[in-house]
Amino acid sequence: MNPDRFILSQILLTPLVGAAVLACLPEREGKKLHHVVALAFTLLTFLFTLHLPYHFASSMAAAQHAADKFGTQPFAFESFHPWISLPLREHPFVLASGINYHLGVDGLSMWLVVLTGLLAPLGVLASWNAVATRTRTFFVLFLLQQVAMIGIFISLDLFLYYGFWELSLVPMALLIAIFGRTEGRRRAAIKYFLYAFIPSAILLVAMIWLYTRTGTFDMPVLQVLAAGHGISPNGHALWLCSLAFLVAFAVKVPIFPLHGWLSDAIVEAPTAAVMVLAGKLGLYSILRFSFGLFPEQSRHIAPLLIALGALGIVYGALNALIQDDLKKFAAFSTLSHVSFIALGIFTFTVSGIDGGTYQILNESLIGAALFILLGLLYERYGTYDMRDYGGLAARHPWMVTSFVIMSLAAVGLPMMSGFVGEFLILNGAMQSIAAHHIFWTVVATSGVIFSAAYMLWMIQRVFYGAVGYRPSEIAGFDLTLREHLELCPLIALFLIMGLLSPYWMKSIDTYAAATADKPALFEPSHIRHVETETYGPTTATPFVDPALGAGALGKPAPATNPGAKY
Amino acid sequence: MSTNLVTLLPELVLTITGVIVMLAEPLIAPGRSRKPLGWVAIFGTLVAAIMINGQRQFTNIHGAVQGFYGTLQVDTFSVFFHFLIAAIVIVTLLGSLDYFEGPTTHAGEYFALICFGATGMMLMTSSVELLMVFIGLEISSISTYILAGFRKGQATASESSLKYFLLGSFATAFFLYGIALCFGATGSTSIAAIAQGFATTQMPLMAWLALAMVIIGLGFKVSAAPFHVWTPDVYQGAPAPVVGLMSTAPKAAAFAVLLRFLFNAAPMFRDHWITLIQILAVLSMCLGNLGALRQRDVKRMLAYSSIAHAGYILVAYAAFPQEAVAAVCFYTASYAAMNVGAFLVITQLTGFNESARTLDDYTGMALRRPVLSALLGLFLLSQIGIPFTGGFFGKFYVFTAAIHSGYTTLAIIGLANSGIACFYYLRLLAALYTRPVTEPPTEAAPAQAFSPAIGVALAATAIATLMLGIFPNQVLHLAQRATPINMPPAAMVSVPPAP
Repeated sequence: MNPDRFILSQILLTPLVGAAVLACLPEREGKKLHHVVALAFTLLTFLFTLHLPYHFASSMAAAQHAADKFGTQPFAFESFHPWISLPLREHPFVLASGINYHLGVDGLSMWLVVLTGLLAPLGVLASWNAVATRTRTFFVLFLLQQVAMIGIFISLDLFLYYGFWELSLVPMALLIAIFGRTEGRRRAAIKYFLYAFIPSAILLVAMIWLYTRTGTFDMPVLQVLAAGHGISPNGHALWLCSLAFLVAFAVKVPIFPLHGWLSDAIVEAPTAAVMVLAGKLGLYSILRFSFGLFPEQSRHIAPLLIALGALGIVYGALNALIQDDLKKFAAFSTLSHVSFIALGIFTFTVSGIDGGTYQILNESLIGAALFILLGLLYERYGTYDMRDYGGLAARHPWMVTSFVIMSLAAVGLPMMSGFVGEFLILNGAMQSIAAHHIFWTVVATSGVIFSAAYMLWMIQRVFYGAVGYRPSEIAGFDLTLREHLELCPLIALFLIMGLLSPYWMKSIDTYAAATADKPALFEPSHIRHVETETYGPTTATPFVDPALGAGALGKPAPATNPGAKY
Repeated sequence: MSTNLVTLLPELVLTITGVIVMLAEPLIAPGRSRKPLGWVAIFGTLVAAIMINGQRQFTNIHGAVQGFYGTLQVDTFSVFFHFLIAAIVIVTLLGSLDYFEGPTTHAGEYFALICFGATGMMLMTSSVELLMVFIGLEISSISTYILAGFRKGQATASESSLKYFLLGSFATAFFLYGIALCFGATGSTSIAAIAQGFATTQMPLMAWLALAMVIIGLGFKVSAAPFHVWTPDVYQGAPAPVVGLMSTAPKAAAFAVLLRFLFNAAPMFRDHWITLIQILAVLSMCLGNLGALRQRDVKRMLAYSSIAHAGYILVAYAAFPQEAVAAVCFYTASYAAMNVGAFLVITQLTGFNESARTLDDYTGMALRRPVLSALLGLFLLSQIGIPFTGGFFGKFYVFTAAIHSGYTTLAIIGLANSGIACFYYLRLLAALYTRPVTEPPTEAAPAQAFSPAIGVALAATAIATLMLGIFPNQVLHLAQRATPINMPPAAMVSVPPAP
């Protein structure tokens, strides 16, 4: 039997089975039983997710055939089963009516699934000593969180997606409430939950509204309808609907003015939970659902989001500069980084979306490395206050090396992964018609400088200079074998992803090419099509008239030199 | 078998069971356990459930049937609610077998009263004649008035019972007044005849008054705001398993009556009553949730939450008839599963003396009673409306029905409310799972294991909560088929020309 048909269900169910097994195992003081079992299940899940990149091309080719027939977007490893029959009387013959168990990945989501698979065992390793009591509760919740995240990335049915989206709040909120660091943990958990839940409730209204107009929750079908203006003639309602989607996702990212929950949650959450807290779920949802279902509305609101992204970059960076608490520092640097990604994807250029998607992967890995390293510091010295540290470089050479490499990746040094993403994003911002204004690109570029400033200053304060108050009291130790195991894959990936980016870009590009604005689309088949319309079939070099794209958006064409072919 | 008997079989069985329990009670020596009586009651309810299944097969073959001169009607609608009430009663009985251990607790009467109450509730759902509905309402209400005061010797219990009785009778009077006005406007108390009468009535004002009175009377029974003031006090004082029962079964029955009355008797006044219902729905959701925010007593908090849930159910009444009925049926079923379950857990956690009342008492409960806390967590998540639980699908279905018929604002208010609501549920949930600031001194007391009967009851509610969320197809199908059928009025009921 072809494993492609059920590999996604398998990836989804493995952590769930793991959670069930862990729930049944008795808890003993001082034993690592739950750690070992959780590690086994997360590694198994990771192995399964590796199936996806190996067979992506062949599965996509097979899906392309069927997709061409129905005019939908192709999805690899699809599985489709009717789930809840909920027919609306007006739409009895819609393809895929009611609620279906519909899974599938494309170039956008495949690497996110692999990423989720990779981060889980690292999270377990990071909690090896940090979580000593109530290990059963911790790992059951941790695995449930993984189920929810994978579910979000692979669901192609809006109802199913919403299920996982809401479900992802619960284990995280409980992890914060139970395992938070300070007495403020309950408040932080409830704040996080409310921040995310209330917009999600409104999102549900928007989803149901879409459903009552179209009679289906199926994402590919809805995407076809959206592209053909087939959802509703009521433009006003569509606008409200798209806003409901966007706000719910923007809170989860978080995008600049909606980030109130972030620093509290990051300060409280344990390392393993904080590694997966911000960024990818919300950004993925924007890319998949906001862009997929509301292509026009998203483009119209893009200038606002680009401005918010640029503001978020600067705001986050400036806040990171003044923090003394390492966790808060990390929270604001995260805000700065996810704002960068938000800016990239809202440019609606191929390189912006490519870079944004690539940067989601990078940012998750960099964030994971940063939080693991901070966790290691805390395990040794019991504080997150930068002022208590200093002069650790001589004592922990391995640790400081890891810190520096992570920082260089984060600030976007060439050859490191961050460079690829940031370069593409800025490149996209320069090309974009949606960005309007070069001002925001300039503001965003300043983020690169800022991030170098706060990252390197942090390293200077913690690792160099005079030996600080804490290290003078406590004799720490350098990385142990387990800690090397946690950090090595991440550090290797920073380099590999910096040097071999085309390997990832190849599949991400299939998504970006289908989503971005047509003018910037340098894909041969489309180019030829455009050429035959405008210039006849003779031109050999790819060239696209910027006026075409501007015309599609109802804007005045930018001034061009008619003879120039660039 | 005559059709008359078919229409009344489950009620008959339950009445007989109740009488047997009452008669057998004195035969058991004073000091002995009354548990066997509980088993008799459970057995009787199971037999009643089998009878309901018989009714279901009968309606599958013959369609809806009427009996007793067109006062009772068995159709898919009544069968759905009969099943629901029987299930609630069985689970409640299983859960309270151990609760009433002890010489002074009058367990025999308790089991009998639950059987009688169930009879009344079932009668309400199968009556198509308002006077018959009234009789059912009275039977069920009087039983629950007594049940509410069952923790004798506690001041709150007496308060609970008396308050429920006084305000309940007041509301019943409203309902009765509504029936009288209906009779005045149409010359009949049969729902089918009222429908015809309303269509041709010369006295629309009287008809509207009648409608308003009936809605007020039933609004009290379902604890919809602004007729909700009794709820927190009554739930706080009543024994926990009784609260589980009376927050679900009589409410389901009252919602069923409201469905029959509004959609069968008064469809031509839909424009009028829909405004009233919307006001009730919005008030219930808002007042219920805002009230619950302030509570530190867990039972009071759940009382306010039940007001809010009544509001969510009322939202469904604004939808197109068929979807409204299906949504109300599904929501009452999922609400029953999660609420009965929650109160069963509370029964187990606190015992007869209600040792744990406030949020502080529940802090760190997961460390002492992990299984019960996990179950309570599940029921609370379902009440919040977290996906893959019955509560979520119920809400989803209700709001889908409302949005589909164009009441998007109502849905937005409702879902925003569920956002507010998650604050107080979460506070309890977070309390369960966080370590108390000061370790409770009674740590030494061993956590007693619960009996198999309670295990079965808890498992049943937990599985039902999950099944309704993950595989709702079967119940959904039943709910979609459960349309109250309006048969032409029986021949003997003639509609006199309006004066």
